[in-house]
Amino acid sequence: MSDTKKYLVGIFDDDDVLLHAVKDIRGAGYEISDAYTPFPVHGLEHELGLEPTRLHTAGFFFGATGLTVALSMITFINKFNYPTNVGGKPFFGLLAYIPIVFEHTVLFSAIGMTVSFYYLCKLWPGKKPKIIDERTTDHLFALTFELDNSKTSAYVSEVSDLLKKEGAIEVYQKEV
Amino acid sequence: MSSHFESPIREPLILGNKTYKDVTNDIVKSTTGKVQPKWLFWTSISAVVASFGVFCLAWEVCFGIGTWGANKTVGWAWDITNFVWWIGIGHAGTLISAILLLFRQKWRTGVNRAAEAMTIFAVICAGLFPIFHMGRVWDAFFIFPYPNTRGPLWVNFNSPLLWDVFAISTYFTVSLLFWYTGLVPDFGTIRDQSKTPGRWKFYNFLSFGWIGTAKHWERWESLSLILAGLSTPLVLSVHTIVSFDFATSVVPGWHTTIMPPYFVAGAIFSGFAMVLTLMLIARSIMGLEEYITLAHIESMNKIILLTGTMVGIAYLTEIFTAWYSSNQYEQYAFANRAFGPYWWAYWSMMFCNLVSPQVFWIRKFRRNIALTFVMSILINIGMWFERFVIIVISLHRDYLPSSWLYYSPTWVEIGIFVGTMGIFMTLFLSFCRFFPAIAIAEVKSILKISGDQYRSKQLEEVKSQEVYQNTTTTAGTWD
Repeated sequence: MSDTKKYLVGIFDDDDVLLHAVKDIRGAGYEISDAYTPFPVHGLEHELGLEPTRLHTAGFFFGATGLTVALSMITFINKFNYPTNVGGKPFFGLLAYIPIVFEHTVLFSAIGMTVSFYYLCKLWPGKKPKIIDERTTDHLFALTFELDNSKTSAYVSEVSDLLKKEGAIEVYQKEV
Repeated sequence: MSSHFESPIREPLILGNKTYKDVTNDIVKSTTGKVQPKWLFWTSISAVVASFGVFCLAWEVCFGIGTWGANKTVGWAWDITNFVWWIGIGHAGTLISAILLLFRQKWRTGVNRAAEAMTIFAVICAGLFPIFHMGRVWDAFFIFPYPNTRGPLWVNFNSPLLWDVFAISTYFTVSLLFWYTGLVPDFGTIRDQSKTPGRWKFYNFLSFGWIGTAKHWERWESLSLILAGLSTPLVLSVHTIVSFDFATSVVPGWHTTIMPPYFVAGAIFSGFAMVLTLMLIARSIMGLEEYITLAHIESMNKIILLTGTMVGIAYLTEIFTAWYSSNQYEQYAFANRAFGPYWWAYWSMMFCNLVSPQVFWIRKFRRNIALTFVMSILINIGMWFERFVIIVISLHRDYLPSSWLYYSPTWVEIGIFVGTMGIFMTLFLSFCRFFPAIAIAEVKSILKISGDQYRSKQLEEVKSQEVYQNTTTTAGTWD
């Protein structure tokens, strides 16, 4: 692909060392492009200064949509479109609607959130991933620093030294 | 290290001094390499049984519901018994993955993936029964509300049977999303371990191109937590609604308010029994003893003891309520269960579900693998009888003594039930072969908390403190 970028990559082999390194590197004023880990490291997104995800808010609104759709559909069908007398029960019987309305709320929320998740993360079946280091889904952790034209060789060596001082086991440059 | 601290007297959940690398290798190993003859043998047997089930289903579709022993009095028989049994089994998977996630129970990580897979396969098997009970299966889509040229004549939103349609289809969908989203990072791991391009492509396709950046993991954790939060009331609602199929009918023995909690407890009870059956097999075939430890088995046996006792109390409460109601039809329904022509089904149920799990009060028995396996089979049998007792015994003697009869299944009904077991085992064994049977990323995330080498170190630290030496406690002797 043409839109490749060059990165300085620091590899760590321990999550506690990684967390500490992220804190120090950001404290020293360097910008970390991204972190790659084999499992969710708690507190990493906080140390990286990422904004908290709003996925759960989306989930709430999807759920509210499901509730509204179910309730209005059932009311329309049972009360207006084709009222059927079933054992003399009321055409609009809210209590009897609760199970389906509840299920629909959960269904909309779950589907909506999952689709949003894959959309936001830009993940889809057959996507060609930009893998920084294959070992980051196994047992190692990576920090990347984007190297565009504005970055001097002095910057590269400064960051490399800092990474090594913080306990990186490998530092290298890679274009993906 | 403060984020990795947990009381050191808790038993470790990962044995064998594992590193992150070992976890990957151990679990990816079962998806690579040569096909084991043992695996091939059992999968072939399951596939043959499944094919017989498909044959019986085809037979039923060709010749009609008349090929079953069900009739006017016993309109619901083996078919709905099997449906409720399979749905109940599914519940343990969601309980492990959702409710135990909310309760921060770390032992769930060893078994959640396989248990969720079990849920999905069990719901597939369960769904077959009501669909084929419709007779004209090609019209099965009539159960969904859609605009049609018959009026439009809609489905009946006051009917618990329709609630069931929504409950089970929602349950299946949400469980599938939850399970697959959990699998995505692990497919990424398998992809990066693969040696051939074909394999890389296959697992990359399944992994959706997962690379595991910090932001993705944050969203992934948020999604897992909310899906767990949604699944928790969902799983309780599903079996509640299944119980409404019975509880809202005016049939002695069915029309009771105890049905929902009693069904939910029974579902979890039978589900854990099935999880144990499967995990004990998978653990020995795939050599996962270090990830599914005695601590896991003991925890599951504790839940079996709890829910089994709850089910037992429900049985006794039903009898008490029948007596206390002074309603002779209700009283007869229960007397007929215990002393009528199907007494053997009732007492099998009582023995398997109420009496036998009581052995798990003793720690030694909770940690005995052979006994646990036998118990898990007994409970599966007992819970099948529970549904048989509720459905067939309540129906076979109705208000009109001239239509009383003794129901027996035909070979078609038995074949379909045995066939679903074949379908279930084929799917489960294929899952064990091609998918990561243990949640790789989640196990890694608890390794520093619950790995045995870390736990021993913490224990040593605690023991070296003065306050510990001045006490006579025996805490910290989990090994």
